[in-house]
Amino acid sequence: MTTSLERRNALYDNDLACYERMVEIREFEKITNALFAAGSIRGTTHLAVGQEALALGMATTLKPTDVIAGTYRSHALALAFGLTPHSVLGEIMGKATGCCGGVGGSMHMCDTSVGVLPTSAIIGGGMPIAAGAALAFQVQKSKNIGVALFGDGATNIGAFHESLNLAAIWKLPVVFVCDNNVYGEYSRINTTTPIDDLHIRAESYAMPHMAIDGMDIHAVRKGIGEAVDRARSGGGPTLVEAKTYRFSGHSRADQALYRPEGELEKWQKRDPLLVTEQDLIARKLITQDQIDQIKSTKEADLGALATKVESDPEPELSAMFSNIWTPAKAGK
Amino acid sequence: MTAMRVRQAIVAALADEMRADENVIFFGEDVAEAEGPFKTSEGILEEFGPVRVRDTPISEMGFTGAAVGAAMMGLKPVVEIMFIEFLGVALDQVVTEGAKMRYLSNGTLSVPMTIRASVGSGLGFGCQHSQTLEHWFASTPGLKVLMPSDAQSAYSLLRAAIQDPDPVIVLEPRILYAERGEVDTSKVTKIGKASMRATGSDITIVALGHMVNIAEAAIKAAGVSADLVDLQTIIPWDRETVLASVKKTGRLIVVEEAPQSGGWGSEIVATVTAQLFSSLKSAPFRITTPDVPVPFNGGLEARFAPTSDDVARQIKHALSQSGAPQPWWVAEGVAK
Repeated sequence: MTTSLERRNALYDNDLACYERMVEIREFEKITNALFAAGSIRGTTHLAVGQEALALGMATTLKPTDVIAGTYRSHALALAFGLTPHSVLGEIMGKATGCCGGVGGSMHMCDTSVGVLPTSAIIGGGMPIAAGAALAFQVQKSKNIGVALFGDGATNIGAFHESLNLAAIWKLPVVFVCDNNVYGEYSRINTTTPIDDLHIRAESYAMPHMAIDGMDIHAVRKGIGEAVDRARSGGGPTLVEAKTYRFSGHSRADQALYRPEGELEKWQKRDPLLVTEQDLIARKLITQDQIDQIKSTKEADLGALATKVESDPEPELSAMFSNIWTPAKAGK
Repeated sequence: MTAMRVRQAIVAALADEMRADENVIFFGEDVAEAEGPFKTSEGILEEFGPVRVRDTPISEMGFTGAAVGAAMMGLKPVVEIMFIEFLGVALDQVVTEGAKMRYLSNGTLSVPMTIRASVGSGLGFGCQHSQTLEHWFASTPGLKVLMPSDAQSAYSLLRAAIQDPDPVIVLEPRILYAERGEVDTSKVTKIGKASMRATGSDITIVALGHMVNIAEAAIKAAGVSADLVDLQTIIPWDRETVLASVKKTGRLIVVEEAPQSGGWGSEIVATVTAQLFSSLKSAPFRITTPDVPVPFNGGLEARFAPTSDDVARQIKHALSQSGAPQPWWVAEGVAK
């Protein structure tokens, strides 16, 4: 069985593998959506369609020993960082085979073998935690870094400002990555925030900052890479704003009818899969036939996986009593 | 045994843990250079240096969350929250992040973090700086909540908290910081274990924090033979000790510096009533604060938390009648 770490390691220096993973994420989200519509998934889901390049760009810039605190829009992050589609779908379907044993759900991915800390369902919740992980690395004199991944809406919550300030005064090895997908839940960012470029908020904390094209994996790697190098070499934190677009609604029930006319279509021309395909074709690393083949293979593989996961075992009743407190050591 | 003030016992416990384990770090507002607004970190910066001992901005959400993250990466952070109310702005990180990380990581992560906070009424700080708020945390699975009652338990409980692999909140009655007591630094309390302050035969009094001292004075004033159980830990609380005591005495009073509605003592009374109903000689009851904010005026504040006089009155009632007495504000016709 392929481990999360093997799946992560397969991505480094392999643009074709990164593209295949992006397709995997896209097809995975399609299946998630279909399973939800069919009633096979309870609760809620937050799809990350359109945000694949950012996830892959980060996964191939960070080391598996670095840690990332992400959000409830968690599937792309989890798959890109190495979690298997089985463990992610298992969790979304509440199965014992899920990465959290089925007690977490769609919003809660975690795999410490590839540095994915529990993703938080609270806006801004992971930001102080990423700063704290970086604090530990600083105290331990480790070369690892912490990363916080959050949405545009999080830049209006206190945890954002407190985390940036703390990281700046302590010069913590942390990178703050804002996935600005234009919408905070159902609200367009310009209706909730008086600035267009969110990264300039780092000015208040005398922190380096930049905007990057979040739809292009190369641009992501370049920008995140600069921030990662700074953090790793003791230069302190950076705020990176990745300009992306949320192709789906906020969550399961949201049809995103509030989008201005033509906005989605405009962004679809910058679809990260399309951008990557054009790049790989131009570099003669792939043909259109191969692209079609990859897509149909992933669709078929994930379809078969979904059928399998549906019959995976449910968690034992004892699972709801587990992992709340640390069990006492024997003999204590 | 060494005589020390409660605040010195706290410093000693922190210093001993920092000497024993280099993963222990300490931060909070004005705790390093200024050595703590209540002098609960005297000499800590000097001995352990600025990498491990840090002043923070006034950002409880930020630095409490940083403690969660640092704890997950193998450190044992101790954070000081100056007044428990300030944890209100950090509640997400305590209740919804820190207490859930082990659960949401399928047991692969733990959060060995300690939050120290000063609590309680009696010093004229007004209603936003005088609450105890332990019931906020007592119903959050994943947390452990402790409260010392004297110098020895301040020392022993803090050491146990720092050594514990889970997030622990230590609520320190501010009114006790200057109190002196003998401390045996070889004693580390087991979390979840109550301590017997006094033993007797007629009634069981369960109390926590400064209310243990109030109950002790009340038992003396009432001239009764009582078991006085210093609960020490609210979650997980020591059912075994409490049930064994009430089984012996047949009577129970819980003394709480917590609101009448929703206080932790309700859990104790409910458990004892359900498990020992047939062996009870009188109705178990609670002596609590009224459901009001902590008043500033000295005369009013003196009546806010249970007093030894009023606890003595209610102990006498419990020994002579089977029904519960009225709280003082009802008995005196001040409020319903």
